[in-house]
Amino acid sequence: MNFLELIWLIPLFPLAGALLMLLVGKKLDPQPPSEVAVAPGVQPLVGGRAHGGSDGHAAHGARTKVLISLLCPGTVLLSLIFAVGAVAQLGGLPERIYQVVKFTWVAGLPFFTAGGTAARFTADWGFLLDPLSSVMILVVTGVGFLIHVYSVGYMGHEGGYYRFFGYLNLFVFFMLMLVLANNYLLMFVGWEGVGLCSYLLIGFYFHKKSAADAGKKAFVVNRIGDAGFILGMLLMFSVFGSVRFLDVNQALSSGRFTAETAGFGVLSAMALLLFLGATGKSAQFPLYTWLPDAMEGPTPVSALIHAATMVTAGVYMVARSHLLFRLTPETSAIVAGIGAFTAILSASIALVQNDIKRVLAYSTVSQLGYMFMACGVGAYWVAIFHLYTHAFFKALLFLGSGSVIHALGGEQDMRRMGGLKDRIPVTYWTMFVGALAIAGIPGLAGFFSKDEILWQIYSNPHGFKLVYVVALVTAGMTAFYMWRLMFLTFHGAPRMDAHSWEHVHESPRVMTIPLIALAAGSALAGWIGVPKLWSFLPEGFRTFEHWLAPALSVETAGHAAGEHAGEASTEWLLMGLSVAVALAGIALARELYLKRLERAEALRAAAGPLYTTLLNKWYVDEIYDFLFVNGLGKGGGQALARFDNRIVDGGVNGAGWLTRLSSTLSIWWDTWIVDGAVRLTSFLVKLSSYPVRVLQTGSVQAYALVIVLGAATVFAWYLVR
Amino acid sequence: MLHPVTTTHYLVLSAALLAIGTIGVLARRNIIIILMAIELILNAVNINLIAFSHHLGQLQGQVFAIFVITVAVAEAAVGLGILIALFRNKETVQADEIDLLKW
Repeated sequence: MNFLELIWLIPLFPLAGALLMLLVGKKLDPQPPSEVAVAPGVQPLVGGRAHGGSDGHAAHGARTKVLISLLCPGTVLLSLIFAVGAVAQLGGLPERIYQVVKFTWVAGLPFFTAGGTAARFTADWGFLLDPLSSVMILVVTGVGFLIHVYSVGYMGHEGGYYRFFGYLNLFVFFMLMLVLANNYLLMFVGWEGVGLCSYLLIGFYFHKKSAADAGKKAFVVNRIGDAGFILGMLLMFSVFGSVRFLDVNQALSSGRFTAETAGFGVLSAMALLLFLGATGKSAQFPLYTWLPDAMEGPTPVSALIHAATMVTAGVYMVARSHLLFRLTPETSAIVAGIGAFTAILSASIALVQNDIKRVLAYSTVSQLGYMFMACGVGAYWVAIFHLYTHAFFKALLFLGSGSVIHALGGEQDMRRMGGLKDRIPVTYWTMFVGALAIAGIPGLAGFFSKDEILWQIYSNPHGFKLVYVVALVTAGMTAFYMWRLMFLTFHGAPRMDAHSWEHVHESPRVMTIPLIALAAGSALAGWIGVPKLWSFLPEGFRTFEHWLAPALSVETAGHAAGEHAGEASTEWLLMGLSVAVALAGIALARELYLKRLERAEALRAAAGPLYTTLLNKWYVDEIYDFLFVNGLGKGGGQALARFDNRIVDGGVNGAGWLTRLSSTLSIWWDTWIVDGAVRLTSFLVKLSSYPVRVLQTGSVQAYALVIVLGAATVFAWYLVR
Repeated sequence: MLHPVTTTHYLVLSAALLAIGTIGVLARRNIIIILMAIELILNAVNINLIAFSHHLGQLQGQVFAIFVITVAVAEAAVGLGILIALFRNKETVQADEIDLLKW
């Protein structure tokens, strides 16, 4: 079976599932939508929840529910199988690029590009499988499949089961379109599609105002970035005459364009606009505020969309455009700077949050910041490597937190958790692995990718030392807030009420097996990208870099040459430093939140205003509300309303008033002057005709008499003459 | 001995008829009578024409008289037609009661 030729099928399986669910799913799912109401993961405590209708109906419902539970993850599994097959066959191709165009989707009119060459705006429904997209489809289908399986358990008691899976499948479809597209426009279709699914799934509990608002916020904030994406794409088209990745890359590597090292040129504008799109989708400063709010959605959604896949689309897009960013070093520096700033900003917020999912959300933003730092210093393969490892451990941590929430009947506040370690051991130990991985403990996935990022930043010849310091501090913060989360949730004395404590239960196997699989991934996924420093390991352990080399033009040779023997000791030192920082973070968390909770209290009191600021997320939301929502939005609206009322309406009203005035004058003129003249004339005529009038009696004979007399007169005049 | 009837006689007759007709048109109120008076006037003219025709020994006058008779017939027909229409509307044939031409 030639899987390469069938890559266009990979997105279609989930699409089929989605269409089926959204079109006829309602008939399959027995629960009426009104049952959506309760908080996520709530177990029926007393008596259970009534399943709609009679027993027979319920039995039918149970059967069809099993159907949904098999079908929807099944479509993703099929995609996964096809993806694995295609990637395996891709490895056999010498160039490791496979492009298939199914049909031309947009065929525009011909015109001339900025360079003066004739071009035609075309976009294909085409698919490109190269090492970069192959990593993405494996992550999307692999992690996506595990999360689908998990959702079967997690969403089992929720209403709108079919709707959830329909959206989830639709999301996987769009995400696969995004990463498999062979041009920017089709990528944008996927880009918008995942945004739509994100909106739908954040607002899954749509009757809850906060959830609906969060969905709206995500959608609106993403629009800002998307505008940048569109503009960047159009600019790209007007410069290169094509939006196909391969054409654009060819144009960029043809030597026609030189690196814009000084000042900002058209390439920089293009790169900045695309990066604006990336900041929206990948939740970077200043557009990151939607992601923490997106935690209103069900936890599997947070894991799949808002941690593992969709939010990494921006990183993927920047990596996809790496040739462009390589030619615009100043924009790349901005990318690195934004990444670093976002990383430390959100990590600092994560330090004090009490909502378990929010900690993870800010952690995601922070980790995405790492990926952009890597992109910014030109280490694109490391960014993708971190994207890939992060997908495992962050999905794991989210799903684990979902399992905790499930066990506690919907509780998300870590202040009312604690001591769960032995009650839900599978969740604990899998999350334990995940937390170690994200903290960067050697041997686990997060260590390899994060350490490589740190090293790449440090060793960049253009000097990103400040970024390095920020990244290192953020690494320590990461370790701290993750282990704060772990200690608050699983260790210490239970802080929930006795009733909840009694009902704490381990999640069903359908949820724990994905956790175990992801924990295995978090532990082992990094071993395909070990540092070159570990020269005692064979090259097979560095498969990831070699695999991506053709797609990202990794300067393997150049980098290898740059690593002098003298730098090896530096690298060992830095590796030791980052591990030390991670361990220090964990130790500090242990000290504060496990051993001496009162110290944490004391520290909180001492930090006073800083703590409050962090707890309120640096007031960024408030600032945005003030500046944009109320300032530009409401204030601008009011100003515009005033403008409308005063100026526009005023103009119209003034014109109306003038017209009325002039027409009043005109009426007076008509009535008195024009009409007056006419009436005067007729009056005069009437007056003067009055004497003549009496002659006209109407009697024919009188007239005849006049004629006769007249004739007689004429006659007489002739006679007497 | 009887004087022969001369042209002058005819002219006098004609003048008399004209005078009678004119007075009839002016004085009588019944429109039928007025029409008849008009016939008198026309016939006074006819007599004049024929008298001069005979007097001058030319035929044009007699031919003209026949034209006048024809026109008189047509006039009578039209006049009576108008009269009937008038009567249908006004229920009168009195000329002094019909003063629609008044201002």
